[in-house]
Amino acid sequence: MSIATNANTANEAIIEFRNAGYRLPDGQVLLKNVNLTVGRGETLVFLGRSGAGKTTALKLINRLIDPSEGEVRIEGRSTRDWDPIELRRHIGYVIQETGLFPHYTVEQNISLIPRLEKWPAARIGPRVQELLTLVGLDPAHFMERYPHELSGGQRQRVGVARALAADPPILLMDEPFGALDPLTRTEIRGEFQALQRRLGKTIVIVTHDTSEALLLGTRIGLVEAGELKGLYLAREFLRSNEPVASAYVAQLHALEVFEKDK
Amino acid sequence: MNAIEFFSRHGSEIAEATLEHIWLVGATMLLSVAIGIPLGILVARRPWLSKPILGSANIAETIPSLALLGFLLPVPWLGARADRITITALTLYALLPIIRNTAAGITGVDPAVREAARGMGLTSRQILLKVELPLSISTILAGVRVATVLTIGVATIAAAVGAGGLGEFIFRGLAMVNNQLILAGAIPAAALALTADFLLSLLERRLRPAR
Repeated sequence: MSIATNANTANEAIIEFRNAGYRLPDGQVLLKNVNLTVGRGETLVFLGRSGAGKTTALKLINRLIDPSEGEVRIEGRSTRDWDPIELRRHIGYVIQETGLFPHYTVEQNISLIPRLEKWPAARIGPRVQELLTLVGLDPAHFMERYPHELSGGQRQRVGVARALAADPPILLMDEPFGALDPLTRTEIRGEFQALQRRLGKTIVIVTHDTSEALLLGTRIGLVEAGELKGLYLAREFLRSNEPVASAYVAQLHALEVFEKDK
Repeated sequence: MNAIEFFSRHGSEIAEATLEHIWLVGATMLLSVAIGIPLGILVARRPWLSKPILGSANIAETIPSLALLGFLLPVPWLGARADRITITALTLYALLPIIRNTAAGITGVDPAVREAARGMGLTSRQILLKVELPLSISTILAGVRVATVLTIGVATIAAAVGAGGLGEFIFRGLAMVNNQLILAGAIPAAALALTADFLLSLLERRLRPAR
């Protein structure tokens, strides 16, 4: 059943890369000739080593950078034709260090975009409470706190709440759980999976963690040396015989060998 | 005649000179903050402007203060009034610490925070006003504090062109070889500098963002 749903919704491309590439002004190529589409409600994971070009691909989506070749289309419109501010407010953005504003309380961090979008105050208050509850933080306890008073996991949750504040249909996450300790990471990942199913957002995640890619992604895009080396459904990925993919899968199985020895 | 007697006898004169001094310093600081902070922002935003702007401010800093007043005398409009020349010269001195600290404060903002602000769809004006300036306010104020203390000291030379202030006593004392007169200018000037330093450091601490 889930396959059928995927097939139907995949027809409606929310994000589309067409021969998209990015080159630095000095000529160094960070990304070349990427072609892919992400359908509504789908979660695509860019998996690859550090410096492979994953983050570059992500930044092309919210137009933090413009493609040097080809184009990226969001809801059928090239990012070049979007007003960058309008586009970015349409897309939630979560980064590894969360980038929470240290001089704002949790409440002010989350409500910033709704305030800039001139939502009525009567709508903002309840929205902040709703979001904090959604990411598993007690609003009464956390609204007035500053980021430096929170643990890494709590900051990450606030980062997700902030990205969701104005209810954007698309969510971008750059190594969202990378800075967390392994136990907290597993916990938050689990919660995020539940959230993902509930919200039905179109999500693009960047990670170098294979298990994270498999847990969160409906599809996995392997990025190496600035190229998209392959695009797999999450369950295909485990069985793939292609050398690039199997290297990641082998890394995943490294621990099992250790368990057998025991 | 002991010092206490001297100060009580010349009390009103000293008070008047102190007020003149405060006016010169106050006007200078308003002007240099109004010019220095935008220039500092410009330096932070356009690194290629950093050399010409900081370089010019640096050169102004190296001109001996009396000579600078002399250079400004023949300038039309400015040269017509002593306080105009003084305030202009003092402003040129006060600019460097303000420009430098504003630029340092803004470039020192955590890149992840700026990146998040941009990614969330803040305009560059909103990033400046809501993120960069609030986060660098204590660094900027530190520059203003240094500039204020510096200006209070240098403002004593205003008397050389007849703009008044506490320098009057110092110049008169020097001419008459009268240490009490020199102290009548120097002590209030030092007290002003210490007070300004203290008040601004309080403000700086209050505005420092939590980390």
